[in-house]
Amino acid sequence: MTLTDLANPTRFLTLTVRLLPWLGAATAVLLAIGLYLSAVAPDDYQQGATVKIMFIHVPNAWLSMLVWGVMSLAALGTLVWRHPLADVAAKAAAPIGAAFTFLALVTGSLWGRPMWGTYWEWDARLTSVLILFLMYLGLIALWRAVEDPSRAARAAAILTLVGAINLPIIKFSVDWWNTLHQPASVLRMGGPTLDRAFLIPLLVMALAFSLLFFTLHLAAMRNEILRRRVRSLQMLQASQRSA
Amino acid sequence: MTALAALIRRDIKIALRVGGGALIGVLFFLAVVVLMPFAVGPDLALLARLGPAILWLGALLASLLTLDRLFMADHEDGSLDLIVMSRTPLELTCAAKALAHWLAAGLPLIAATPVLGLLLNLDTTSTSAVALTLLAGTPALTFTGMIGAALAVTLHRGGLLLAVLVLPLSIPVLIFGVAASQAAISGPVSFGAPFSILCALSLASFVIGPFAAAACLRHGLD
Repeated sequence: MTLTDLANPTRFLTLTVRLLPWLGAATAVLLAIGLYLSAVAPDDYQQGATVKIMFIHVPNAWLSMLVWGVMSLAALGTLVWRHPLADVAAKAAAPIGAAFTFLALVTGSLWGRPMWGTYWEWDARLTSVLILFLMYLGLIALWRAVEDPSRAARAAAILTLVGAINLPIIKFSVDWWNTLHQPASVLRMGGPTLDRAFLIPLLVMALAFSLLFFTLHLAAMRNEILRRRVRSLQMLQASQRSA
Repeated sequence: MTALAALIRRDIKIALRVGGGALIGVLFFLAVVVLMPFAVGPDLALLARLGPAILWLGALLASLLTLDRLFMADHEDGSLDLIVMSRTPLELTCAAKALAHWLAAGLPLIAATPVLGLLLNLDTTSTSAVALTLLAGTPALTFTGMIGAALAVTLHRGGLLLAVLVLPLSIPVLIFGVAASQAAISGPVSFGAPFSILCALSLASFVIGPFAAAACLRHGLD
């Protein structure tokens, strides 16, 4: 089933009806395993048990950037290939990405208080993630500002692609600037520096969060398609009533 | 080429007319700079330390304020549709409009900087450093702001949304502009590094801004 087959909304809806229960179950199982592994992971010799915030903070941060990447691909699908469901995918992903970014900022802030002594610091990584959060909010505002969703789609697609410049800035901010936030320990040249006892639960949680995003995204896309159908029916009803 | 020159001349003339908005930006800049000492307190040493930041913030907000005039007036009387449909590539016309906007609205801000620097107890080196960084940075603000202006042109109450969309893109310009000014005034850090990045941001916006704005106008106006 290629992407072009999925361009038919009805076929897409039937696919989601079949997929969502399995995805939901898989997400729940992986989250349970991940949380269990995080709970039994050893304490850090410096940070103690506080290090376990990492198992929630880091997947949230990764997902916040992944979601903008998914929205950028959807934006390309709207502008270049005119895929009918690309704008549905982009519109559905924006609030989910904003939520992940917000949670990354909050969990990071809660982790920063015991570790760094401050809830917030204007260093490069935190500032660029805050800017990402503001861009998510701006994008959601843009989606709501235009009545017709398909017209809003093209404007939002351009804004998404322009904002994608922030993703490499966030990723490399800890390398380019002297930051309080620690440098990269997983996705870096020379492999991860994280010990396996922490790396395994982290990767399991990252996979669980990705599945969570996938599940929520498909459900949100489904809702958006149904919402647009309701809107079309309402407009049809209104025009018939006035005729 | 003459079409673009005519467009630039037209835009500058309209902006300099009464009610055209070129001087409103300067007035707003003045308002921000005047309000700061009331908020911060009259301590001259503190004002001198905050001076570059206050001037940069005022210039950024003033250019944000005048941005919706970039396309809105033309959209209202229909000339924007003519411009979009013309033979000149839309990217070049957007670049020309942004250039005209910067000449009419950005240069007065830079010209006002020495006077306002006096209000903030900045000496000549500081003021000239800030003016130089503003000269390098305000084109970036105009050209990236043009993207938001193009997005918001079709919305009726798009003014505030424009500011929300443009602000995250303007933050790097602000950061490097103030960093370059501080480096020229006091810094152990060299002036060249942040200033080069500021120039790079402006140059990149000369390319990205017109293309993104043209795409927005084409898709938004059909």
